Amino acid sequence: MDEMTRLRSEIDLDRRGFIKKVLSGAIGGSLLLVLPQGSALIAQQLAGVGDEKEPYLNGKKFAFVVDITNCIGCGTCCVADKNEYQVPDGHFRTWIERYLIDDQDNVYVDSPNGGLDGFLTGRDDIPNPLRDTFFVPKLCNMCEKSSCVQVCPVGATFRSPDGFVLIDEKRCVGCSYCVQACPYSVRFINPVKKTAEKCTWCYHRVRKGMQPACVDACPTQARIFGDLNDKQSEVYKLLHEPQVISVLKPDMGNEPSLHYLGLRREVT
Amino acid sequence: MHVLAEIAATASGYVFPNDLQVHWTLMIVLYPYITGIVAGAFIVSSMYHVFHIQTLKPLAGFSLLFALAFLTCATVPLLVHLGQPGRAMSMFLTPNPTSAMAGFGYFYAAYGLILILEIFFIYRPTLVARHQAAKGLKRIFYLVMSMASDNLSAEALELDRRIIRFLSVVGVPMACALHGYVGFIFGGVKANPLWATPLMPIIFLLSACVSGIAGIILAYVFLMKVSRRPIDPRCMRTCVKFLGGFFILNFSFEMLEVFTHGYMATSHWPALHGLLWGPLYNSYWIGQVLVLSGLPLILMGVLQLTKNRHALVNVLAPVMAALILLQVLFMRWNVVIGGQLMSKSGRGSVFYQPAWLEKEGILLAVVIMVFPIMVLYLLGKIFPFWQDDKQSTIRGVAP
Repeated sequence: MDEMTRLRSEIDLDRRGFIKKVLSGAIGGSLLLVLPQGSALIAQQLAGVGDEKEPYLNGKKFAFVVDITNCIGCGTCCVADKNEYQVPDGHFRTWIERYLIDDQDNVYVDSPNGGLDGFLTGRDDIPNPLRDTFFVPKLCNMCEKSSCVQVCPVGATFRSPDGFVLIDEKRCVGCSYCVQACPYSVRFINPVKKTAEKCTWCYHRVRKGMQPACVDACPTQARIFGDLNDKQSEVYKLLHEPQVISVLKPDMGNEPSLHYLGLRREVT
Repeated sequence: MHVLAEIAATASGYVFPNDLQVHWTLMIVLYPYITGIVAGAFIVSSMYHVFHIQTLKPLAGFSLLFALAFLTCATVPLLVHLGQPGRAMSMFLTPNPTSAMAGFGYFYAAYGLILILEIFFIYRPTLVARHQAAKGLKRIFYLVMSMASDNLSAEALELDRRIIRFLSVVGVPMACALHGYVGFIFGGVKANPLWATPLMPIIFLLSACVSGIAGIILAYVFLMKVSRRPIDPRCMRTCVKFLGGFFILNFSFEMLEVFTHGYMATSHWPALHGLLWGPLYNSYWIGQVLVLSGLPLILMGVLQLTKNRHALVNVLAPVMAALILLQVLFMRWNVVIGGQLMSKSGRGSVFYQPAWLEKEGILLAVVIMVFPIMVLYLLGKIFPFWQDDKQSTIRGVAP
């Protein structure tokens, strides 16, 4: 009889334990379903990401240099970018600006269709002789202290461990706060996806050891991309030689990883 | 031609290609407008409950209901604006702690809770009486509304009174935080020279008080006229006084901000100057400053100089309140839309004209602004607006 009671109580305990486990499992499981997960460390939506055999980006510190003195404003980079990402018309992940400065120090800037078609016609609305003309390609500045990462209310914009500022489009709520916060206006809301979009320095290509599409496409090597931890890389040499080199809007304090060679003070 | 290309054709100067589109539209103009009215209306009630300004007693309950009516609609424009409204709850569930936007949900929810609880406690005697008189489903409804307690003993009412006082005291900083915080959402955007000023939360807070009091005055006078009740002259005087005081502060800060920008004339000033004397000239200088601030200030002076003529107050006060309500709406427009008209290139600006029938257009904005009035009407069916409607409310507390 005693044995029976003992066994019963053991079974009861088991049963209780079992029910407890099922309940906590069910509650935990449903919470997991309800709570959105934190941002993926790697933007999983990028094609090919995660396929590589070894962590390609470990120990690398990437930088992008735009050599203004080399840019001819042909627009090839913009075309390459549009093809790579099917960027909707009227929105730009990268664009080219044409700067014309006359001898009275008046600055004329334009970027017809973001420079996508190149700059085929000159400007006839400038009365004075020009003293300086140049093209400035624009793209994401991949700031060390990026405003977009700071302001995103849901953490959909994040900085990956390898230093890229990326957007998880599966988490983005499309509030446009990042669009407002970016000092460089590189962001827009994709009219089809209704989420924020911007240049990623072709993260999916870089992960595979390739160059960003615009860098590959540039016929004059005005766009240079590489690893600052590799002392043989071109970006390392450029940034460690006595060059006229700067970043856009340094007073914003965003510390961009995008550098400009031959940047004039007129450029914003 | 692409829509953005059309905008590009009307833009002046050089505008970054991604700056042609105004991302925060009319809906985001309404959002701080409605939130401000909520916070301001609550302040009116707190003046009675916390600061013991007895002349505001007739409005102590109504102002809370007014605040609640607008609170229920505060997030509607946000949801309409979101590209992915289905993910809105992510802001609550996985907020990014560094985002100035992520906290809004918490502020809003906490404030809403305080507001609702305060209303329940203030109206509990009324709700108990209605519960006892009602039958069927109505009875169950009022049972829930009275928090299932029909105890109206002196001790119970004293406890209620303490709870109400506690909620009001907590509610004041909450209301200030709510709208100061909304100002910070804009004031913290360093990339935008029109928004990025530490004065922004202060201006938002003061304009919130102003719009709340103005809204209450307008609604009070309207409801009194409609129901053919006498307007309490002392209550009206006090409201006008507070409206005037807050408005003078508000307007001073608004002008000081522009003046300081102009006087310091940093590298951003040419862009700001181009904006204020360009696409914003009519809505800012003519609308917000000259007409909608100038006229109320003159009316204020007239009211101060004619101290004992109640009839004049009853006519001029609602006119002044209506003008000031519009002033705040113009101010929201000039901040939210104005800030986006300047390109971050610092070299150009765009025009923005909302359409009537687009997704975030004027028609929807009107509907959203009518919605709180309908909610207020429904609330009035449950909670009597005025003290003399029911004698069974807590004596000495409200409404």
